[in-house]
Amino acid sequence: MTLTFTLNGRKMSQEISPDESLLSVLRRCGCYSVRSGCDTSNCGICTVWVDGHAILSCSYPAPRAEGRSVTTMEGVRDEAQDLMTFLAEEGADQCGFCSPGFIMSVLAMLRELKDPTVDEMEQYLSGNLCRCTGYNSQHRAIVKLLEKRRDEHHV
Amino acid sequence: MAGSLQEAYELLLKSRQSRILAGGMWLRLGSTPISHAIDLSRLGLDTIQKTEDCLEIGAMVTLRQLECDVLTREAFSGILPTSVQSIVGTQFRSTATLGGSVYARFGFSDPVCALLSLRARVVFYKAGEMDLETYLASPPVRDILTCVRIPLSSQAASYQSLRHTRTDFPVLNLSLSRDEQGLHTLSVGARPMKAMRCREAESCLDCGDTEGALQAVRQLPYGTNMRAGAEYRQEIASVLLERALEEMKA
Repeated sequence: MTLTFTLNGRKMSQEISPDESLLSVLRRCGCYSVRSGCDTSNCGICTVWVDGHAILSCSYPAPRAEGRSVTTMEGVRDEAQDLMTFLAEEGADQCGFCSPGFIMSVLAMLRELKDPTVDEMEQYLSGNLCRCTGYNSQHRAIVKLLEKRRDEHHV
Repeated sequence: MAGSLQEAYELLLKSRQSRILAGGMWLRLGSTPISHAIDLSRLGLDTIQKTEDCLEIGAMVTLRQLECDVLTREAFSGILPTSVQSIVGTQFRSTATLGGSVYARFGFSDPVCALLSLRARVVFYKAGEMDLETYLASPPVRDILTCVRIPLSSQAASYQSLRHTRTDFPVLNLSLSRDEQGLHTLSVGARPMKAMRCREAESCLDCGDTEGALQAVRQLPYGTNMRAGAEYRQEIASVLLERALEEMKA
């Protein structure tokens, strides 16, 4: 079957198998930031946005994306840059395998909650697992990003 | 992708291996062969509406919608959002649907436990409306769950669960509601069997006998699995009930 959808702002059609996951289609389209981790809807590594909502692409049936807008980290590179810098500075990017999924979740959070508290942050990001960092460095990075955004806003 | 409920129903009956697709979160963990996966996501079953006497939640409403929608946040002391907010992560809840949780009657389900205490009713395309408690006790049905209706009679409610870690399955969950006549409805889930009401404890609470209710809730059948033993669950049940009563008092 043919899947017609918008990927990172570009309309496209792709031949897919009806039982394929969105993750596998996205990687075939060259979006290698989308990775397969647990493959069972738990780890958050495969997070992408569908119509602006963060979802787990490993469990999202590809045919369901028909006519929808899908965004991967390749589509939000500029927005991700600031966060990536803070993640690197805080030592929150070690093996890096979980980073694209984590970044997509953080950016989704910042669109939904303008100024999240630490509790809200932990709650929102609890679906992104990381074996390297213990999460503290990631939280520090987000707090610094929020501070920077607040400063820019005040200037 | 089904174009109508009738089409979905016909496809469902076509083969024993046909399945309705809800959120699809457990698809990768199942081993059942599926001949037709019937997607309901374009049938408008993803709305939450308040009518004169109930809150009607479409079967394809996601757990995230349940968590964020203003109607669910305001109704029933907000126990519906509370019941789902520890489920895996935001992305999971953005795809998992209420219909998937309710239809599958998972023992570990958080929303099923909350809905049972709110005396929810389930609506099937062919079988029509029945109360959730009846559905939980009935044999498997080949039908399509279209929505869940929750009467607006509950005045206060509390949802409690115990988990090893924030996003894990519950070791035990308990939900309590009180209606305008002061009558209580108490359900306990993740025992690890599916949620059930504890009528004896409800009667005790209706008469103001808290001690009796705490004793009664321990008498429900509890089981052992990798998360906890039956005796531990028995102890925890009365602790969760105490917490629920405290919360409702506050």
